[in-house]
Amino acid sequence: MTTAPIIELNGLTKRFSRKLDVVERFARRLGAAIDDRAVQAVSGVDLSIAEGEVVGLVGESGCGKSTLGRMVAGILPPSAGTLRWRGRDLRELSPADRHHANLKIQMVFQDPMASLNPRLRVADIVGEAPVVHGLVPRREAEAYVAATLRQVGLDPAYLRRYPHQFSGGQRQRIGIARALAVKPDVLVCDESVAALDVSIQAQIINLFMRLRAELSLTYLFISHDLGVVEHISDRTAIMYLGRIVELAPTPELFDKPNHPYAKALLDEAPRVSVEKRRFAPIRGEIPSPLDPPSGCAFHPRCPHAMPRCSAERPALREIAPRRWSACHLNETTGP
Amino acid sequence: MTEPLLRVDGLKTHFLTRAGTVKAVDGVDLRLDRGEILGLVGESGSGKSVTGQSILGLVDPPGRVVGGRVLFRGEDLVGAGEKRLRAIRGRRIAMIFQDPMMTLNPVLSIGTQMVEAVQAHETVSRAEAWERSRRALARVGIASPDERLASYPHQFSGGMRQRVAIAIALLHSPDLIIADEPTTALDVTIQAQILFEVQKLCRETGTALIWVTHDLAVVSALADRVAVMYAGRVVETGTVAEIIGNPRHPYTRGLLESVPSRNRRGVPLRSIPGMTPSVLDLPEGCAFRPRCDRSTGACTAMPELMGDREDRAWRCWNPVGAEARGDAA
Ligand SMILES: Nc1ncnc2c1ncn2[C@@H]1O[C@H](COP(=O)(O)OP(=O)(O)OP(=O)(O)O)[C@@H](O)[C@H]1O
Ligand SMILES: Nc1ncnc2c1ncn2[C@@H]1O[C@H](COP(=O)(O)OP(=O)(O)O)[C@@H](O)[C@H]1O
Ligand code: SF4
Ligand code: SF4
Ligand SMILES: [Mg+2]
Ligand SMILES: [Mg+2]
Repeated sequence: MTTAPIIELNGLTKRFSRKLDVVERFARRLGAAIDDRAVQAVSGVDLSIAEGEVVGLVGESGCGKSTLGRMVAGILPPSAGTLRWRGRDLRELSPADRHHANLKIQMVFQDPMASLNPRLRVADIVGEAPVVHGLVPRREAEAYVAATLRQVGLDPAYLRRYPHQFSGGQRQRIGIARALAVKPDVLVCDESVAALDVSIQAQIINLFMRLRAELSLTYLFISHDLGVVEHISDRTAIMYLGRIVELAPTPELFDKPNHPYAKALLDEAPRVSVEKRRFAPIRGEIPSPLDPPSGCAFHPRCPHAMPRCSAERPALREIAPRRWSACHLNETTGP
Repeated sequence: MTEPLLRVDGLKTHFLTRAGTVKAVDGVDLRLDRGEILGLVGESGSGKSVTGQSILGLVDPPGRVVGGRVLFRGEDLVGAGEKRLRAIRGRRIAMIFQDPMMTLNPVLSIGTQMVEAVQAHETVSRAEAWERSRRALARVGIASPDERLASYPHQFSGGMRQRVAIAIALLHSPDLIIADEPTTALDVTIQAQILFEVQKLCRETGTALIWVTHDLAVVSALADRVAVMYAGRVVETGTVAEIIGNPRHPYTRGLLESVPSRNRRGVPLRSIPGMTPSVLDLPEGCAFRPRCDRSTGACTAMPELMGDREDRAWRCWNPVGAEARGDAA
């Protein structure tokens, strides 16, 4: 690809410090070597997203998907690493330019009810930001909101209603309208269809795909649902304990995953099929990010783990054109 | 046909609220043989949980079973006394909830709770009850059960807690387990572990299972038979192969077509238009009518149960594929 990516992450990292509880503080006063325990929610993520691309981000709960998404959307400052917007480091931009870049990346959340102010009418929920940011003069706001609602398949007659007067699917459409109202280039969708029933979920997925085509949007599409991600994304990244362990064009990844964790995840996701199946699950629990395993974080559960795996962390390497994987097996046996 | 383990006939459970009568369950028929796994599928609000609660006599006021029968080993549980129901619950029929803390007491150790659960229904020594608990934990794949028995619920992950809840359900080798979305909150790899244990246990012990879920994929992997619910009724029932390979109810077909992995990548999904109706305000006749692309004038009357067998039936005047078979209404 020759054009600069719209978003480029380098070594993006987020640490949260967890305050000590009473017992731990007391123990420390007595001389125990206890630090404020840091959770490394996201560790050194490198990822480039091309203009117009849909990148799916999957992984099990607590692996850092939302934290990564919130850093990309500018809601959460990274602890380390850089985030480039159209080739420019966000930290080096003037405040005005940074503000502009932040508006261009909008987020759509999982729970539409929790993310919409229950006391505001739809007209204000959707219309506030574009007016405040000077994108639309106040007197034109109503017509603008009506047009935005139509874009997401909602009747503009709903303008004066409150969020609780809508169904879950309609509320998600309002959440999408609110994000679109500031004319973003990128949408970070965090489990945006997870709370919806199957039949409604399909409507919203279709809406996302239509908007992408109509508005040339770029998506970072976070979901724990492999079927949804496979359907909608051009490339898929799989995360485990704060790191991307595999990144590849979606059809190739789903067809022939390389990383043992990616394989396990794809094998174990139930599919709608008439074939009776026996589950052969991988063992063990998802480790705590407070106390991540040494070396490759997947080694306590990996059926192929070797001595090297607990000693040395595998780097994310390009194992074939556009295919990235972080596993020592690729060095001993090739992909 | 021999008498099944469980037969639910025309079950109706209504909630009398200020806003009106909520017909949460309004004519549900089910049957289940020994050792069989039935997937009860439907979208939120379709009445799955209330059906499970009604079978066990656990419906909270203002809810009430207002019609139908629940025949368990030939005995009608509707109208059975609370004492009789308590004897059956936990021992003959066990329940597993989405949130394992519905079963577990946060202030008691797992061992204490399991021993109490054993002794609630059987007069056995503490030592024997402890041994039974150990074996039950081992059966659901919990390593070092002795250590685990001494632990408290908060020391376990969500997946482990759900295993413990399943182990408690298994203590008395019940004839039937009703599991209400027990893996919905869990991650894929943890869910797979639990589905694996459950499938194995049902095979080994002959325990029958009703697995309530909104997830067609889980059902197709786990169950023998499926009942699809919509707006308080079972609209279609059949084997997994029949439901997935040859759905007859337009709603079942719509659900299947909405699943992304059954569509070609990137093409628009064939979604069902409209939204799930409120059970307070159902249309006359077939509740699916406003969303159905096959509806005709006939659909303003409630469709009767039609089908090939008692356990292969649908409620639709114009079933999918009827043209080819020439059996349209
Ligand atoms: N205590 C109650 N009072 C009034 N209505 C109730 C009560 N419990 C359930 N209902 C109604 O009964 C209907 C069926 O509820 P139920 O909980 O069985 O649905 P479900 O299919 O299990 O939904 P979900 O998947 O969201 O749990 C719903 O419309 C619900 O609002
Ligand atoms: N504000 C916070 N304070 C402390 N820990 C946090 C905070 N936000 C997230 N974490 C931790 O970071 C890890 C990743 O969280 P998150 O990105 O929300 O995961 P996901 O979205 O994949 O479920 C988890 O262990 C979580 O507990
Ligand atoms: S690096 Fe080792 S432990 Fe990690 S996935 Fe590869 S083989 Fe398994
Ligand atoms: S009875 Fe009529 S409206 Fe109902 S599902 Fe069948 S065709 Fe559709
Ligand atoms: Mg999240
Ligand atoms: Mg329920």
